[in-house]
Amino acid sequence: MIGARLEKTRLRLGVLPLADAAPIVIAKARGAFARHGLDVEVSLERAWSAMRDKVGAGLLDGGQMLAPMPIAASLGLDGLAVPMVTALSLSLNGNAITVATDLFNRMQAVAPDATGAAQWAMALAVVLKSDRAAGRPAPLFAHVFPFSAHHYELRMFLSSAGIDPDRDVRLTVVPPSQMVDELQAGRIDGFCVGAPWSNVAASLGVGVTVATKHEIWNNSPEKVLGVTRSWAEAHPNTHRALIAALIETARWLDFPQHRADAARLMIQNGWVHAPADAVAFSLATAADGIFFHRYAATFPWRSHAIWFALQMLRWRQCWSAPDLVGLARDVYRCETYREAAEMVSEPCPPSDFKTEGTRAEPWAIKLHRSRKLHLGADLQLDGSFFDPINPLDWLEKQQLGNPTVRYAVLKKANEIPR
Amino acid sequence: MNPTMKTSPPKPPTPGQPRGDGHHHSARHRISVGPAGLRVMLVDDSEKRMEMLARALDADGHKVIARLDSKMDLRGLVEQCQPDIIFIEVDAPGRDTLESLDQLNRECPRPVVLFAARSNADITRRAVRAGVSAYVVNGLHPSRLNSLMEVAIARFEMHQALGRQLAQAHTRLADQRDIEKAKGILMKRRGIDEVEAYSLLRKMAMDRNTQIGEVARAVLTTADVLWKQP
Repeated sequence: MIGARLEKTRLRLGVLPLADAAPIVIAKARGAFARHGLDVEVSLERAWSAMRDKVGAGLLDGGQMLAPMPIAASLGLDGLAVPMVTALSLSLNGNAITVATDLFNRMQAVAPDATGAAQWAMALAVVLKSDRAAGRPAPLFAHVFPFSAHHYELRMFLSSAGIDPDRDVRLTVVPPSQMVDELQAGRIDGFCVGAPWSNVAASLGVGVTVATKHEIWNNSPEKVLGVTRSWAEAHPNTHRALIAALIETARWLDFPQHRADAARLMIQNGWVHAPADAVAFSLATAADGIFFHRYAATFPWRSHAIWFALQMLRWRQCWSAPDLVGLARDVYRCETYREAAEMVSEPCPPSDFKTEGTRAEPWAIKLHRSRKLHLGADLQLDGSFFDPINPLDWLEKQQLGNPTVRYAVLKKANEIPR
Repeated sequence: MNPTMKTSPPKPPTPGQPRGDGHHHSARHRISVGPAGLRVMLVDDSEKRMEMLARALDADGHKVIARLDSKMDLRGLVEQCQPDIIFIEVDAPGRDTLESLDQLNRECPRPVVLFAARSNADITRRAVRAGVSAYVVNGLHPSRLNSLMEVAIARFEMHQALGRQLAQAHTRLADQRDIEKAKGILMKRRGIDEVEAYSLLRKMAMDRNTQIGEVARAVLTTADVLWKQP
């Protein structure tokens, strides 16, 4: 496949000013795109909706997207309804939930020995209950986009302690770079945001981090490389070259000794307007930190696409009854990933699907010739088990949430013989 | 940037354009650029551009009820001012907030006009072709504002109508399925044939002045409770 004619060599890719924009930014800075015959211009975008519109309209060839975005676009839920696909996951972990210092103090007062996300969620439940009894208004929590892992993480954090995200709190969207200001101004009571903004809030003493994305769902998917379906179909060789360059860059990024360089490049060139030490801290290697390559971070698991679609159903964002496996096959292009991975000798898992919620420790899949593919722990904060073979079982077991689509209709849509 | 913001309280309801508590929701679907004009919110980081836009809107008989930059509380001000239409720059970070307000408020989303900061005909052409929910204006030519708003609103209403049609199609599908099931139960329980079962459902619907799908669902629920459907 190397040497295949590229349909297009000059590309424009969008990123948002976040620490996990690193793969695209660093691939450009270190010449990885050029090595694969691509001349890429990186465009700094300011909103996820603008990213979606520009990719949808062809003003950008592709971009860093929140993992649920291509799924929402293909389901026609996002207002634009230009079908999108992804064939590359860009990162795992990185988000965190932070609450305002005064709210944190009240949580600590009811749970002085609390440590960890599950206990902080319980403490928050106690505080909210007494607030409701006293007739105080429900607090306002922010995330970054209706179709974001942040949104679902915030809802999982709350519902793990029996807090109903649609009744007991109010939710809103605030751009990441404005989160800290909004918290400081007292307009929001907490947020779930990507790195480095929770670190910035903590270092300014404005808020306290009570849960990391890793605690909510260990090593869970965060950003992807999104392109339109029609772009992917018109540019198969260019798409593979792009993915190959980004897999190589992800590999480089996950050597701990390279992370400081990466942070410096992100700050110096103005990709993230945040204090340098917060960016460096976000990109430092940690067991619960951002991974770009480790634990098969680049593989676009179709089971993850199903999980995100289930969140859209659970939280009333999806009003139709999709065939979940068909949707995952359509939007998450594992075949393209596998072809690109072969170009750079990247090992691939034998299946496109995996279960979630049972592994507390790193584990490995045996590949041929006694090679192994190492994967991370995958526990979820609410203790749920997700099996992509029976995705509706997961949905049926959830206590909170109230899908618009009736379970029987969903079941019918997912009985189609494959 | 020196953020300035001017707001005025919502206008009292006027005939033909009911607004205010409990009314503006249902009126939202039938917005038209009438002689009364629209209550407009502007969101942009360029004070100069907002001033030009506000003057042009004012000349066309519309009322600019709030101007804000991207640092201000967009969510709070939308709730407080209840604008009929929002103009926002295509790259404004606040766009994500606006989209979430529409998600929370599916029954009464607002038309949003997107405009490009830079004069870029390509953006306009391609965005419109790709079906961006509103409309991107090339350089905001004041003389084109009214036709622009009409296009934005027409597109918005088309989108709304499509959404309603989709919802209706889903209901019809669900109805067919539930009617089939209810017929099956009636045939088994009452020993009648399919035509009789359907007539019975239709009669029950007419007697109760409701849809046949609703009656079918009532039968299914009752069957569930009484006989634990096989």
